[in-house]
Amino acid sequence: MSGELPFEQPLVELRRKIAELRAFSEEKALDLSQEIARLEEKLRELEQEIYGNLTPWQKVQIARHPGRPTTLDFIERLLDDFVELHGDRVFGDDPAIVGGIGKFRGIPVTVVGHQKGKDTKENIARNFGMPHPEGYRKALRLMQQADKFGRPILCFINTPGAYPGMAAEERGQSEAIARNLREMAALRVPIICVVTGEGGSGGALALGVGNRLYMLENSFYSVISPEGAAALLWKDASQAQRAAETMKITAQDLLEMGVIDGIIPEPMGGAHRDVDWTAQRLGEVIAKALDELMRLSPEELIEDRYEKYRRLGVFTSLVGMADR
Amino acid sequence: MFKDWFGKRKRYATLPGVQPVRREDAADAAAREERREIPEGLLIKCDRCGTITYVKELDKNLKVCRGCDYHFALSAPERIRITLDEGSFVEYDADLVSEDPLGFPGYPDKLAKSQAQSGLREAVVTGEGTIDGFAVVIGVMDSRFIMGSMGSVVGEKITRAIERATEKRLPLLLFSASGGARMQEGVLSLMQMAKTSAALARFHREGLLFISVLTNPTTGGVSASFASLGDINIAEPGALIGFAGRRIIEQTIRQKLPDDFQTAEFLLKHGQLDLVVHRKEMRATLAKLLDLHQVRRVGS
Ligand SMILES: [Zn+2]
Repeated sequence: MSGELPFEQPLVELRRKIAELRAFSEEKALDLSQEIARLEEKLRELEQEIYGNLTPWQKVQIARHPGRPTTLDFIERLLDDFVELHGDRVFGDDPAIVGGIGKFRGIPVTVVGHQKGKDTKENIARNFGMPHPEGYRKALRLMQQADKFGRPILCFINTPGAYPGMAAEERGQSEAIARNLREMAALRVPIICVVTGEGGSGGALALGVGNRLYMLENSFYSVISPEGAAALLWKDASQAQRAAETMKITAQDLLEMGVIDGIIPEPMGGAHRDVDWTAQRLGEVIAKALDELMRLSPEELIEDRYEKYRRLGVFTSLVGMADR
Repeated sequence: MFKDWFGKRKRYATLPGVQPVRREDAADAAAREERREIPEGLLIKCDRCGTITYVKELDKNLKVCRGCDYHFALSAPERIRITLDEGSFVEYDADLVSEDPLGFPGYPDKLAKSQAQSGLREAVVTGEGTIDGFAVVIGVMDSRFIMGSMGSVVGEKITRAIERATEKRLPLLLFSASGGARMQEGVLSLMQMAKTSAALARFHREGLLFISVLTNPTTGGVSASFASLGDINIAEPGALIGFAGRRIIEQTIRQKLPDDFQTAEFLLKHGQLDLVVHRKEMRATLAKLLDLHQVRRVGS
């Protein structure tokens, strides 16, 4: 398989060795099956060792893998009769965010999500999944449309961040993100958010105010990119690996901090190794959450969402401490 | 370590140190000051135009440069003093202090240093008071405290202020001055954007007035949450306001940005602000807007 990451090199070498041995044994009609079996066993052990102990930085690399399933990949596998809808009705149609209506296991839902490309050409067209204000405004328009028709909303988050560009600032990047945060809090339908790859700061959060928030096993969610943090902390973007460890950005970290509701498993090596399998796990989690949330009234849904974010934060009160 | 007005006190205690001086008194005091000899080391140079002024002179002018109108940063107590009616301020939640949830290198030191230098416990002071007799809930950020960044305590204090304004049905006034979400608390800082904005959703639904005043600088996670959500968004002249940092944008688009990019005036021109208001006009403008929203007057 192409697109191996640097830390997967030992596996690549071993796989090549096994292939060479197999070719050699066929060519020379030699029985090397015992030797091959031994190496295959070693390969499984090495896979277990590497993939079972992924560092935060390795997870960041998996989350950014060019083959990482995108929002449209998940839509294709999870929704029937999907109709993509376009535009913010004000300025334009941002290709970095896709959205529309489809049926999830028979239930009409609205889906919005960041959309990255699969290759350089598509990534340029999609602006590498970095939205402009009109992308966030399109997402909000579709979510408010869902609210009107009582459709649950699924949000797929996968962006390096909101686009840091001149036009984005001129058109109100801050306002577009801020408005989404406030308006999502007020929607009367279930909202399920899933970080599927990169959860890049405010540009990710702008699709991330939900009743449930999940993360794929190798995704990350961070207030600043590891490169950005490294540049600020150590004046050296190449220290990103160190920053990734310091910042506590993995799904496991966020679960421990109580920020997310659950982790969706990925196949060994990452979601790009088996997109169908990943989509199935994702679908199971969404189905269960939808079943729970669709029992709640609009007021209960708003309250549930409020409480979810209201309790987040770690601090101390000095009142009463002096008495001790 | 803290100034005495931040001593042991519970919620809702008043802050004697933040009482404003009556205008006539200020003028008299300034006149007296001018007759006296001013000691050395009390001069300040304007970053923008280079004009050198006496610190006392500058204070008397609400910290606005007489040479070029540059608005120097105000501390939270200074802002409260020049905005609210004398003696009307009652502070909320002065007891909240930050922790170090990530075990982030250098963060506890940074907090201690900021506390010592600013005399504040955190980067925002919240409470209630009156402006020309109109009762308001107010929050003021202080850029001296880790660049006014928003971590758990800032998010919590602002959220509680919004919740109290909602309960008491009072107008809300937030003065922002912040570099954005606080990196040292990681994703918990990011979540404060959602928390404060969700509280504003409830406030909004109750039909109450929120005036956001963006001062220099208001960027990142603060500009991309509560600071942009005012019914009326006001900025001080020349204030830097934006989502992404100038350097990051220049690196991304590989071109130099115009000098006025992300200034208050630039935002006004692009339809992102309601008003740019000079510091000397701010209090009167706020009072007028409060009046136009028919807010109840204390004692009437
Ligand atoms: Zn000047």
